[in-house]
Amino acid sequence: MGDEEPASAGGPPGATREDDRKLVAALRRGDEEAFRTLVDEHGPLLLRLAMMHLPSRAIAEEVVQDTWLAVLDGIDRFEGRSALRTWIASILLNKARTRGQREGRILPFALFRRRYEEGSGPALEPERFQGRRGERPGWWARPPAAWESPEEQLEGAETREALFEAIRSLPVRQREVITLRDVSGWSAEEVRNVLDLSETNQRVLLHRARSKVRAALEEHFATENAER
Amino acid sequence: MNDVREMMTCQELVELVTDYLEGRLDGRQRARFEEHLGECPPCDSYLEQMRETVGALGRIPPESLSPEAERTLLAAFHGWAARTSRSPGR
Repeated sequence: MGDEEPASAGGPPGATREDDRKLVAALRRGDEEAFRTLVDEHGPLLLRLAMMHLPSRAIAEEVVQDTWLAVLDGIDRFEGRSALRTWIASILLNKARTRGQREGRILPFALFRRRYEEGSGPALEPERFQGRRGERPGWWARPPAAWESPEEQLEGAETREALFEAIRSLPVRQREVITLRDVSGWSAEEVRNVLDLSETNQRVLLHRARSKVRAALEEHFATENAER
Repeated sequence: MNDVREMMTCQELVELVTDYLEGRLDGRQRARFEEHLGECPPCDSYLEQMRETVGALGRIPPESLSPEAERTLLAAFHGWAARTSRSPGR
């Protein structure tokens, strides 16, 4: 895929194509202010994305740096078919995937199998529901534990760490979808474009990812409450 | 009136939560989904937990590059501008 532009009409709600066009023109002239604007605007998103995919902050920062260099080298070829941030994010994701493989976070066999596994499988283990011989088959056998004062619990540093860990343990496609949709707040359409997914696929991956992250939080809260 | 076998099960419901939140269920499915919620407090709190999960993900703070990394980046920018003979517009 390289730094090819994802062909799309969908863009971020904030920045318009006109803003993109001006920034790109200024950047092509070598305007430092334009580059700073771009880095200020998209840098935090890129770093957070990279951190979700890579084992350390230091490596994530390197990948972000590489991404900006690739943006500069590719800016003359950027045609504006996609929003600027969609293009930049797709460059970052490509680099993060390659680097993530090299760092051994993604096993080669997982790459082979992910196509078949990522979009299938239940949201929750079947054991959580009553079997055919149960009183009410398909209804809860082990219902979700209540989250006490989730507002407080969800804001804690430990919970944040648990969220990061849950996202990092997801298969790569699910991880990418949930980071862009829920952590970065992108629209379904923009996510589909940058990841080249069908509408259904995007939603299935998001569903798997959210279900697993919720389950991880449930487990995290259960452990936390047990320790009190 | 409600035959138990006709009602959506909890296991079915948890698979439809994202479709529901994304507004992708058709009228009939949506009605079955909500009918189940009305009768099943655990599913109601499951849905609420999914909403809270999405909310918590959206509140993860952005990350900033270290000042050192920013300096390196700007140096790289100037290197690029010089190498490709751009005339700075400032």
